[in-house]
Amino acid sequence: MKYLAEFRNGELARAMARDIHALATRPWKIMEVCGGQTHSIIKNGIDQMLPESVEMVHGPGCPVCVTPLELIDKALAIAAQPGVIFCSFGDMLRVPGSAGDLFEVKSRGGDVRIVYSPLDAVDLAMKHPDRQVVFFGVGFETTAPANAMSVHLARRRGIRNFSLLVSHVLVPPAIEAILESPGNRVQAFLAAGHVCSVMGYWEYPPIAEKYGVPIIVTGFEPLDLLDGIRRAVRQLERGEARVENAYERIVSYAGNLEAQQLLARVFEVTDRAWRGIGVIPRSGWRLNAEYCEFDAELRFRVGGIRARESSLCRSGDVLRGVIKPSACAAFGAECTPRHPLGATMVSNEGACAAYYNYGRFLSAAELAGAGRAASSA
Amino acid sequence: MCLAIPGRVEEILHEGGLRLGRVNFGGVVKRVCLDCVPEVQVGDYTIVHVGFAIAKIDEETAKKTLKDFRAMGVLDAEFLSEEDVFARAAATPQSNCPDGSCKP
Repeated sequence: MKYLAEFRNGELARAMARDIHALATRPWKIMEVCGGQTHSIIKNGIDQMLPESVEMVHGPGCPVCVTPLELIDKALAIAAQPGVIFCSFGDMLRVPGSAGDLFEVKSRGGDVRIVYSPLDAVDLAMKHPDRQVVFFGVGFETTAPANAMSVHLARRRGIRNFSLLVSHVLVPPAIEAILESPGNRVQAFLAAGHVCSVMGYWEYPPIAEKYGVPIIVTGFEPLDLLDGIRRAVRQLERGEARVENAYERIVSYAGNLEAQQLLARVFEVTDRAWRGIGVIPRSGWRLNAEYCEFDAELRFRVGGIRARESSLCRSGDVLRGVIKPSACAAFGAECTPRHPLGATMVSNEGACAAYYNYGRFLSAAELAGAGRAASSA
Repeated sequence: MCLAIPGRVEEILHEGGLRLGRVNFGGVVKRVCLDCVPEVQVGDYTIVHVGFAIAKIDEETAKKTLKDFRAMGVLDAEFLSEEDVFARAAATPQSNCPDGSCKP
């Protein structure tokens, strides 16, 4: 909390907030795409430093949130197989599938392991040649190079007992899907800084031009976010729609070319289902024909698994920025972090979980309802 | 999940066809793949996501970001041991909140 107080009382933060108040003469809706940025905005109270006319809309950029229920079910099916070592990042452990989660699979005797990096999973496969080692590779463009390197390395080292359950999603097609969706309210975007450190931001100018929206490449620290918001409001007020880089110390226009070459070697573009949103054309990567021998869906024949999402859940509307989490009837009642119905309550980077955890924008009645639901959980 | 953390490269090794570095993230040292940042040398700072370096950054920026990320709890969450991750999962039945911030 000392950090929070230092930030909010700091001269720079106050000056930036004052600028935004002075700039904003009309209502504006700005979406931060990345879940890490959502978390930073809510946790640091940045939304509360803004004028009422500037509303932050929280985007679909939490990889855990947008991973389809179906893929979680596939992960559970593979992890439960004898002889499998199933490796994942920690934040997938408690994400509920149709029946159970990875932690429960482990409790029932499955060999589920948490690794720091997909490359650690390749090392595990080398150490256990008699076992099948699977890495659960979800994520946006930031995570993709490490996953691409894992299969590339397995190929180079002749490791045949390693595979990837992979579902990568891409930011630019998601931005376009939001802009194309009926009832869209978003007028400007903060693009995710670390995604752009890999991919650069050459994909964004055509989007800014086609839809007339400012897009600001923005970092994660509180001052970065205030700066990104200030630049977005300034463009909106002037009627501009340009791509600006507010994260120059990390992001270049071209991005990391070596990483992009690695990605092009291993992955190909594919349609992807986003949990709560549905299929967005050409919005993800899968292993290409040359690397498909490392595809865990094919190796374990789980491609036929289908799942049904809850009908109460409005996470799709939350992810598209059509409603705030607290506007969903299930929020804090049937749906809590302990009993999530949908994508955005699942991950602690999700907008619903962030609202729930920090008690944000709830009326007194809603707060009481949320308290009752949580204490009975 | 998409955060990249700055760290200082303490040593560079070549292992199994990979350019690897021992990278120090404010006290926690990890093995990191440096294949996509050929310009990074010992003593340089780089930002790393899930064991993979994606860009070189200057020392001042790195130190400032490390300080901010530590204060925001990002470092603790990033470098939890496997045991700690499982212990937290066990202590949070039917939860999906690995950092324990979902208070009942």
